[in-house]
Amino acid sequence: MPIKTVYSAKIEHLQLLDENGVLDERLAVVGGKPVLTDEEVVHLYEFMIQCRTLDETAFKLQRSGRMGTYPQNKGQEAAAIGSGFAAKKGQDFLVPCYRENAALFMHGLPMHYILLHWMGDERGNQIPEGVCMTPLSIPIGTQMLHATGIAWAFKIRKEPRVAITYFGDGATSEGDFHEAMNFAGTFQAPVVFFCQNNHWAISVPRETQTASETIAQKAIAYGMPTVQVDGNDLFAVVKATRDAIERARAGGGPSFIEAVTYRLADHTTADDARRYRESAELEMWVGRDPLIRLRKYLEKKDLWNEKLQAAAEEKARAMTAEVIKAAEGIEKPAVDDIFNYTFAQPLPAEIEKQRQTLRTSSLGQDPQQAGLQGEAQHA
Amino acid sequence: MTASTAPTREIAFREALREAMSEEMRRDQRIFLMGEEVAQYQGAYKVSQGMLEEFGPQRIIDSPISENGFAGLAVGAAMYGLRPIIEFMSWSFSLVAADQILNNVPKMLYMSGGQWGCPVVFRGNDGAGGQLGSTHSWCVEGLYSNVPGVKIAIPSNPYDAKGLLKTAIRDDDPVFFLESERMLGDKGPVPAEEYLIPFGQAALRRGSWDEPADCTIVSFGRPVNFCLDAADELLKEGIPTHVLDMRTIRPLDVASVIRSLKTTGRLVVVDQSWPFAGVASEVITQTCERAFDWLDHQPLRVNSDDVPTPYARSLESEYLPHKGKIVAAVRRTLGNSSKPAKQQNSKQ
Repeated sequence: MPIKTVYSAKIEHLQLLDENGVLDERLAVVGGKPVLTDEEVVHLYEFMIQCRTLDETAFKLQRSGRMGTYPQNKGQEAAAIGSGFAAKKGQDFLVPCYRENAALFMHGLPMHYILLHWMGDERGNQIPEGVCMTPLSIPIGTQMLHATGIAWAFKIRKEPRVAITYFGDGATSEGDFHEAMNFAGTFQAPVVFFCQNNHWAISVPRETQTASETIAQKAIAYGMPTVQVDGNDLFAVVKATRDAIERARAGGGPSFIEAVTYRLADHTTADDARRYRESAELEMWVGRDPLIRLRKYLEKKDLWNEKLQAAAEEKARAMTAEVIKAAEGIEKPAVDDIFNYTFAQPLPAEIEKQRQTLRTSSLGQDPQQAGLQGEAQHA
Repeated sequence: MTASTAPTREIAFREALREAMSEEMRRDQRIFLMGEEVAQYQGAYKVSQGMLEEFGPQRIIDSPISENGFAGLAVGAAMYGLRPIIEFMSWSFSLVAADQILNNVPKMLYMSGGQWGCPVVFRGNDGAGGQLGSTHSWCVEGLYSNVPGVKIAIPSNPYDAKGLLKTAIRDDDPVFFLESERMLGDKGPVPAEEYLIPFGQAALRRGSWDEPADCTIVSFGRPVNFCLDAADELLKEGIPTHVLDMRTIRPLDVASVIRSLKTTGRLVVVDQSWPFAGVASEVITQTCERAFDWLDHQPLRVNSDDVPTPYARSLESEYLPHKGKIVAAVRRTLGNSSKPAKQQNSKQ
């Protein structure tokens, strides 16, 4: 009896804009419309400059002691901005890990929130009304399940929204990744899994993380469409993300996107990647910088020049200064906040008592200090 | 006559749980129940029997075997306005969901600066179920009550199960609701009329606030029933006690413990989780901090032994708190240091 093939699969790699800034005109048109108009590309390039400027300034802020830790987004802007742009503002939900700053800004989060967060302030995670995103998730991978739950809630509530969740190549080794994908597949939740394959999970290379040839192929096992894109190609990212979002919105369930990109900076400011990465590898990826590529494209089309570049950089610097001012200018949080954020209002009596009295964790203080003196008398 | 002449309705613990969920699901469309075997199979322990038929597969949902998965999914669903009830077949299985239920659920509100609450009820069987072996016999209250940001309810009878679960479902904070496989068939009076039991209010099950007693016995969950047996036996010997059923661990009604202690001067805390840094320790610590001068004897704990839960029947029953141990502890606070009596069903 012949052996039958019961399943076979292939993974496509999508690139529209090559490293020299040359666009595949055929692929860059969908249904007679360009994936991105000239105006959009210019706008997104300017936005990229702003995000890069803020990112590099944030690094300096940390080095000068004005911020705790900061994870740079540098090098991954095309993936972040492209996917953020494809999502509908005020409608689709971004469910990020901690490195997606540019995507969040694209989706409407005021930039100073991110700085405020990394300066160590919960208020940086208070998402403004109308901005559809969840707080930064610091544990690896947990947010993918939240995204699936949120997407499932969209489905139950019959709202035409889609959730996009971000994570790195390292997170695909977590159980949460597989459980989220499994749920999304079986529940047909409108969620897009967006993997930022930046090749490094702190010091552990992608090859050590998983033995599979691509990250994208992992999604096949969960029964969802999947694609690998050049993550430094804004056009490819927008196209792939838009496809996935539209499919989810139309009831087609979840999708997976592996964006192949590179973390040009350290893991965070607490890391020094020079200790474990070859400089030749870094140099190669510097050459694939999404900003350089997009600028080449714009200049070829005569949409950009040195003068515009200088003006954009100047604008970005001024904007960054304003953002820092806003983050650093906020009043210190009130001590009450630690109690107020622990439970819904009204607070349970024991927490309320702590709030009103010594503001320490224990009820075991001197009863007089703690305002409990009444208890010693009444029976 | 003001009281109803209708005979008091008696239902089983599992029916009380089911009624609580069903009533709340009828009044609030945002609520759904998810877990392993809750729908087609009508619940591994038949708690959700008939609910799929009434509420349909959109609200009574069989999940893959993926505790961390559905715990995390519930977080997301709650963040977007739904009110999930998550059934763990056993709280022992919640351990694989620890990152979601301990590191995300109780902290979501805090880390978002008070913005994103996480109103999920996690419920299921807690404690030794009767020869389930060590890995399936967890009493999670000792571990989980250490974490701020969650509420923990642990009923001891059908009436409380219903009233507390309804409160849990309406609560805007996450609630861990600890049931016991050993009690699901227990019957008790549960009125047909709606009622809710507020969190943080212990119930005095034996003795009266107006009458002095010799010892305060504090417990929660299934062991409350052993305390009642112990109290009845002690009363026959002329030792009246107060038995306080805490009903919730978070919040913890220490004020009622102190109130009783002031009439008894003696305290025994019965807790089926392990002794080290557990809930009994917490009750005693808070009591000592706030009412040390009222103690006539050092407070005593009756916990499960500090070993993995045994599989063998005779060992398991001896490992758990039981009437004999409780009676002995109370006697000891009264100056009688006779050894604890063995359980009836235990081999010598």
